[in-house]
Amino acid sequence: MAKYKSHILVCGGTSCQSSKSLSIAESLKVELAANGLENDVQVILTGCFGFCEEGPVVKVLPDNTIYTKVKSSDATKIVNEHIVKGVQVKSLQHEKLNKKQIRIALRNCGVIDPEKIEDYFARDGYQALGLVFNMGAQVAITEMKKSGLRGRGGGGFPTGLKWEFAHKNQSDQKYVVCNADEGDPGAFMDRSILEGDPHSVIEAMTINGFCIGATKGLIYIRAEYPLAIERLKIAINQAREYGLLGNDILGSGFNFDLELRYGAGAFVCGEETALIHSMEGDRGEPTVKPPFPAESGYLGKPTNVNNVETFANVPVIYLKGAEWFSSIGTEKSKGTKVFALAGKINNVGLIEVPMGITLREVIYEIGGGIKDGKKFKAVQTGGPSGGCLTEKHLDTPIDYDNLIAAGSMMGSGGMIVMDEDDCMVSVAKFYLDFTVEESCGKCSPCRIGNKRLYEVLERICEGKGTMEELDRLRNLSHVIKDASLCGLGQTSPNPVLSTMDNFYEEYLEHVKDHKCRAGQCKALMHYVIDAEACVGCTACARVCPVNAISGDRKMPHVIDAAICIKCGACMEKCKFNAINIQ
Amino acid sequence: METVKLTIDNKEVEVPKGTTIYKAAKQLGIDIPVLCYMELKDLNIENKPAGCRICVVEVEGRRNLAPSCSTDCTEGMVVKTHTMRVINARRTILELILSDHPKDCLVCPKSGHCELQDMAIKLGVRNIPGEEYAEMSTYRVDTSPSIIRDLDKCIMCRRCEMMCNTVQTVGALNAINRGFQAVVAPAFEQNLEKSTCTYCGQCVAVCPTGALTEVDHTPKVIRALADPSKKVIVQTAPAIRVALGEEFGMKPGTIVTGKMVAALREIGFDYVFDTDFAADLTIMEEGTELLDRLTRHLNGDKSVKLPILTSCCPGWVNFFEHNFNDMLDVPSTAKSPQQMFGAIAKTYFAEKMGIKREDLVVVSVMPCLAKKYEAQRDEFKVNGNPDVDFSISTRELAHLIKEFNINFADLQDQDFDRPLGESSGAAVIFGATGGVIEAATRTAYEVQTGKKLEKIDFEQLRGMEGIRSATVDFNGLPINIGIAHGLGNARKLLEDVRSGKANYHAIEVMACPGGCIGGGGQPLHHGDSSILKARTEAIYREDAGKPVRKSHENKYIIKLYEEYLGKPMSEKAHHLLHTHYFDKGPKDIFIQKLED
Amino acid sequence: MAKVKSLADLKKLREQLQSKLELREKGQDPDSRVQIKVAMATCGIASGAKTVMEFLSEELEKRSIDAMVTQTGCMGYCYAEPTIEVKLPNQEPVVFGYVDNQKADEIIEKYIKNGELVDGIIPKNYNSIDN
Repeated sequence: MAKYKSHILVCGGTSCQSSKSLSIAESLKVELAANGLENDVQVILTGCFGFCEEGPVVKVLPDNTIYTKVKSSDATKIVNEHIVKGVQVKSLQHEKLNKKQIRIALRNCGVIDPEKIEDYFARDGYQALGLVFNMGAQVAITEMKKSGLRGRGGGGFPTGLKWEFAHKNQSDQKYVVCNADEGDPGAFMDRSILEGDPHSVIEAMTINGFCIGATKGLIYIRAEYPLAIERLKIAINQAREYGLLGNDILGSGFNFDLELRYGAGAFVCGEETALIHSMEGDRGEPTVKPPFPAESGYLGKPTNVNNVETFANVPVIYLKGAEWFSSIGTEKSKGTKVFALAGKINNVGLIEVPMGITLREVIYEIGGGIKDGKKFKAVQTGGPSGGCLTEKHLDTPIDYDNLIAAGSMMGSGGMIVMDEDDCMVSVAKFYLDFTVEESCGKCSPCRIGNKRLYEVLERICEGKGTMEELDRLRNLSHVIKDASLCGLGQTSPNPVLSTMDNFYEEYLEHVKDHKCRAGQCKALMHYVIDAEACVGCTACARVCPVNAISGDRKMPHVIDAAICIKCGACMEKCKFNAINIQ
Repeated sequence: METVKLTIDNKEVEVPKGTTIYKAAKQLGIDIPVLCYMELKDLNIENKPAGCRICVVEVEGRRNLAPSCSTDCTEGMVVKTHTMRVINARRTILELILSDHPKDCLVCPKSGHCELQDMAIKLGVRNIPGEEYAEMSTYRVDTSPSIIRDLDKCIMCRRCEMMCNTVQTVGALNAINRGFQAVVAPAFEQNLEKSTCTYCGQCVAVCPTGALTEVDHTPKVIRALADPSKKVIVQTAPAIRVALGEEFGMKPGTIVTGKMVAALREIGFDYVFDTDFAADLTIMEEGTELLDRLTRHLNGDKSVKLPILTSCCPGWVNFFEHNFNDMLDVPSTAKSPQQMFGAIAKTYFAEKMGIKREDLVVVSVMPCLAKKYEAQRDEFKVNGNPDVDFSISTRELAHLIKEFNINFADLQDQDFDRPLGESSGAAVIFGATGGVIEAATRTAYEVQTGKKLEKIDFEQLRGMEGIRSATVDFNGLPINIGIAHGLGNARKLLEDVRSGKANYHAIEVMACPGGCIGGGGQPLHHGDSSILKARTEAIYREDAGKPVRKSHENKYIIKLYEEYLGKPMSEKAHHLLHTHYFDKGPKDIFIQKLED
Repeated sequence: MAKVKSLADLKKLREQLQSKLELREKGQDPDSRVQIKVAMATCGIASGAKTVMEFLSEELEKRSIDAMVTQTGCMGYCYAEPTIEVKLPNQEPVVFGYVDNQKADEIIEKYIKNGELVDGIIPKNYNSIDN
């Protein structure tokens, strides 16, 4: 059916394009035409290969040869040697395009139809459940501990250990809870898993129920995810029809069923005790731990709470073995992590990478580099609970402990990339704005402290900050972290502390020089007249509504910054382009 | 019993497993500052949301600070309560709380009794950083007949919420809003009047700041006293005389009846009477009603309703009207002593003294805030003129005495005026839980059996347990009595009655835990339940010391019936001293209140 | 749908379904069709994947091309949504990005009908666990 004998794929990703991949494509076409091959070989542009450091990238089909760092002038060689003579150009050839991502939690996303359980069956669905039934609960828990899986919701607590606690506590009824209240701004990992592969979570919860002795499962999902809710409902019904939920599953004698519960727009209900209280019909407020949910959770019974992504990893750990899983990642952080890459980056999207990959690889290879060729400034990980990583962390292997040591945290997987045009003080203010809004209000340090932090940051961005207030930011942040009741308050000052540690000069500039180097804080922008360009026509002085401009006729005029209200009327009026914003 | 050994501030202590750091420290004499935490040990009431974070301490090996009121001691724990880290945190947190609190201590009704003020004094806070631009969470002030809510002063300690929901099971107050605007208020921030609030005032009794206070009627009382055309008389409830002294530095449980009467005379009341007199009257009416129902029941009358429920507590009456509106013919129809007094004062007494009804002002001193509400209920007015004009609380009386620069401790004992000032020991015990029914039993026994009581004290009806029951032998006839204090306990008891599980002839209910001595208008206990116990003990001491200890032997009561009322449950008695109840059931409240 | 009563049943069911899938993929089934998967997660739908899916279904039928168009979850190429994966019989699947109705039309005419690759292919940038 194919008309062409072979294809040459040229990477048209933004990074490669800026290295002239378009002209490479043109040269190839010209060269092929010169050889009379334009009807036998097709040249096409593709999206990003994710190999930007080695770009421009060219791939030849059907033999899958990869050429890197290709130049326009190489077109002749490629056509004459490889296409015509069939000999690869050794100097340009690359071993193998090392794909950095491994889709484990996302193994079925984009492969199966999430609304068809048959697709899931064909991909080994529910086989892991059968394996676990045969192993028995004790062995299954040991296997989970061996795998080294840690909670993917942000806490990073060893999953096997958590299951063991719930298993050990005796009770007439136990519960499995899936935390699908993904609240971090910019995070959509859990949403994608639930929309693309809901059965993996259902199977995992059933496995968990068997291991700890729970016959009921609850999925607490935020109401803002209607598609995920719909697909989950369909999946649960299908599982029930096939007898994979309900009584005597797979003839094992084990009963288990699931229920959906909806959040109502409260970030704090992602905290496990607040989540449990919300499900019980009470105010969604955290309570003191201990007792932990494994001892006394939903309705006072032993409950195991895990994140969606943690659950998504469970079936494949049993299918391929704990040893296989623990062979991926670093010593203390096994497996992969799904990140939602967003911000000033070319290839925004969902990525799943092994623990231990460096930031540099994520941003510059998978991510395709910084948008518009701007300079990288920082990456915020962990959302409002995390901190920022800077240039000096670009080669740090990403895992739970390294990120904490760097002053940030893994969080649920949000990764926001920032460039030179982002003001770090504004970033801290943005996150504080979020946590002030979302604080439940129960404990004083978080309820009032975060508000006070926000007020100081606001003043700094408006140019009213003082050095005393900068010091106060630090002490207040530490007390809030130290004394708050739950994880929200204990981590909400992190963006402030992290940006202060890494970008203190920006804070000083805001306070002392009233300057915002990124150009984001409008209140700190100054209108300035260029003395050399100004001809003294007085047109600006006449339109200034607050009489901030002074100067004699034919002499350069001056704007008094203290009076200027930044309306921009002068700039509009000036015919000589003598007024600029600094 | 399993114990754990731990070290606090380098001192070792051994405590039972499950003890919190705060209590273990107390054993060592270390007083960790607390704000939201409150425990009323003798009533099994505890509030520990761990929300204020003032009580945080350092625990070795723990990453962050631990709230000592809610953290259990573990073996080998090492606790430090005043390291620099803790001191810094405590002060910073207090500064934060103060930054969101109005600074009107000078005119705040809670000044001098405010736990937040005490904390600020204790930690020596002299300035609040950022106060010039700090935003404050502000709310509407809500004045109901009994309680004023000034929520700008709320510190989210959740004590009122706990009392209202867990102890009283009324559910009028709950945490609403999220974050900075979070506060404890009725649903949808509506007024208390539109909620199921019974005005029991327990929220006011536990509020650490000026967020919840009583409606202050002392200005109105002073105005009445200053009016030469008015005759102002006062009645005092039994619970006042065992608690008023606390406001003047006396030990809890000191009986100050004589001084109280002297002070009231000094202030200028024309006649100082005793609510206890009306309590005896209540026993006459209610006791007769009980016996009447009992007799008819024993004779096989199926239409008669048993058990009979006491109705002297307005918080309880309100609760009943809201929650048991299908049983409105079950409580006794007798009015409360306060209202009986008012009715008799403005008829019998006014006529006797030749005073016109409109010129007579009846003031009551009550341990209760619901009495303010009760006094203004429409059915207790005649042509718009209330039987009781104003009700002031024990605390308001103390303020009055102080304002009139009366040296309370030095006063010589004086006695009540007659004819409405004489009372029996049975009337005094109205102030304690179990007292009303014991008083009724003393009279009902003698009237029913015709025999004299060998033992006047009914110990089996006394005590602090929330729900109690006892059987009293009426000369071969066993009478089952149920007692509840705290509305949550009352609800349990009444639900058993409604379902038919319970088998009582009479039930006494007090809305306030401990009975009236623990009322919302009493001197604040700040979580010390031994004060309540001391007051209870004093009540029974006063009773034991009285020459007349049964209501039907009060000679002024006998005279009242002879001269004016005829006999108990006569038509006149019915008209003046009995009432009926209103349906305030759930089906109407929600729709009606929202439409307002 | 018959209930799966035991692990043995499940294994049998998997084998059945897998062999059906293989037949389709390897083209040995005389009805070998083109298989198109459209990424229908929230980011896809938000950028118009539903319209594209409808367009594809209608047009393929109009042009009498035997194809199966199904929905799937997020493929990870959120910056290039809407994305679709097209698998011709006996060929490796190819992912196209920035697919609107116009591009879909181009894909049908050039790639599906003639096997001619079109600009805007997104190379697979991850390892899957079956490799």
